[in-house]
Amino acid sequence: MDEFDVVIVGAGPAGATAAYLLAKAGLSVVVIERGQEPGSKNVSGGLIYAQIYDEIYPNFWEEAPVERAIAGHSIVFLGDTAVTAMGYRDEATAPPYNAFSVLRARFDPWLAAQAEEAGAMVMPGFTVDELVMEDGRVTGVKAGGDELPAKVVVIAEGTRSQLLKQAGLREDYDPKDVSIGIKEVIQLPEQTITDRFQCLTADEGAAYTLVGHTAGAEGGGFIYTNRDTLSLGVVVKIDSVYKSKRHPHEILDEFKSHPFVARLINGGEVVEYSAQTVHRGGFHLIPKMVGDGYVVAGSAARLLLNNVMTLRGMDVAVASAAAAAQAIIEAKEKDDFSAAGLASYERHFQATSVYKDMQTFKNAYPLLENKRLFHVYPDMVCDIMDDMFSVRAQPAKKGYRALRDRMKEHDVSLWELAKDMVQIGKGIAI
Amino acid sequence: MTQKLLSLDDRLGLDKYEIDEQSHIKIDDTCCVNCELKPCLTVCPAEVYVWAEDKVAIRYENCLECGTCTVACEGGGEGGIDWRPPQGGFGIVFRYG
Repeated sequence: MDEFDVVIVGAGPAGATAAYLLAKAGLSVVVIERGQEPGSKNVSGGLIYAQIYDEIYPNFWEEAPVERAIAGHSIVFLGDTAVTAMGYRDEATAPPYNAFSVLRARFDPWLAAQAEEAGAMVMPGFTVDELVMEDGRVTGVKAGGDELPAKVVVIAEGTRSQLLKQAGLREDYDPKDVSIGIKEVIQLPEQTITDRFQCLTADEGAAYTLVGHTAGAEGGGFIYTNRDTLSLGVVVKIDSVYKSKRHPHEILDEFKSHPFVARLINGGEVVEYSAQTVHRGGFHLIPKMVGDGYVVAGSAARLLLNNVMTLRGMDVAVASAAAAAQAIIEAKEKDDFSAAGLASYERHFQATSVYKDMQTFKNAYPLLENKRLFHVYPDMVCDIMDDMFSVRAQPAKKGYRALRDRMKEHDVSLWELAKDMVQIGKGIAI
Repeated sequence: MTQKLLSLDDRLGLDKYEIDEQSHIKIDDTCCVNCELKPCLTVCPAEVYVWAEDKVAIRYENCLECGTCTVACEGGGEGGIDWRPPQGGFGIVFRYG
């Protein structure tokens, strides 16, 4: 078989975007995808942040099968029965949009079609079994019994990064650095979603990040509005799942049983159950992304940005793919696909806003290890709000007194609270 | 406002699979017998791994291909799970994702 310039493993956002940009630049590109169709193996919570997509695919929302433009974002603390929420919404959502909800089985085929139109060959239904290596250099892939030689292989195989593991090109993952996302897609009439989530139209949607009520596991929940479905799930650290001795679907049940969540999904019918590993996205965990004859992009390179307010994987993936494509185009000009020839990938990636954002929020990483944030504070905050808003026979307390009494009740010392405030501050504020 | 609680099998029954005749998961029984924690029995969202007759039995046809088992096994277990993606086109087929 003729040698391609580029073989890309995986037709997700990273793989499809690298293919699109490289084919547009005139390189010969093939994308190998193990799903029956692009997207059929892919799961996300479901928000894409639009800025980088818009740069690469201008006004993509006019054509791409996005669900709703996200107008409202809320962070919700789930107490035992109460909630305390902080919300933001833009009453005049207009282009350029900030974020969209998407369903991957619909969105990813569109991305792959852009790559095909630009001249890339997309081959779904083939699993890449292994990387072909010669003297430590990747020279192609083996798929479906055939060998496909390539000048460079783009490894965009997603979070589990199986090929790199088999080839001994990555370290084992530590379960505390990876989360599991468990998700349901819940069907409701379009108008019910629009009304229930206070959207102005069916084109507009809302995103909820929820903290608390995750059965002793560290992480949080999400609810995103699609056109006529909701994406609902929890994302919790893998080590905390096996330490809690609770099955993932039981954690999901506990989350869904909270009255606030139950009300939002009331009457809905679950139409799909899915799960996916999610890297915690530590800035310090970004691996070497380049080697002789290969580059790694997207979740396969553990790229994710989580700063509580936003959980970004799909735009980070596309940013890395664009940087990789640029480096491969330069390597093609020099005809040098060694690690040195491809080294500009890391430099280009480091120049992106995504990389800078990951750096800015690198201290948000330890937050997910602080059990009090997930198992104590959500309920405590709700109790304090209860003190503020309730009229009782007992004398009322001013804020500080209420705080100290509730801290005692929840077994939190002043020292612990101070430490946690500093940690949160360093992570997302200062 | 009562949402009907779904069992795990109800949930898996909603999903579409193209079931392969061969398992894409292999187990090293000696590793698993010696594994104290056996995290795979807890973390798998489809309960693919079940402890039966002193070994790990696998219900590979329910696999959601999330990757949680391998992470848990590598770091919290004994590395007895050999998980490879199902051959092209087989396994879970997400209709929403």
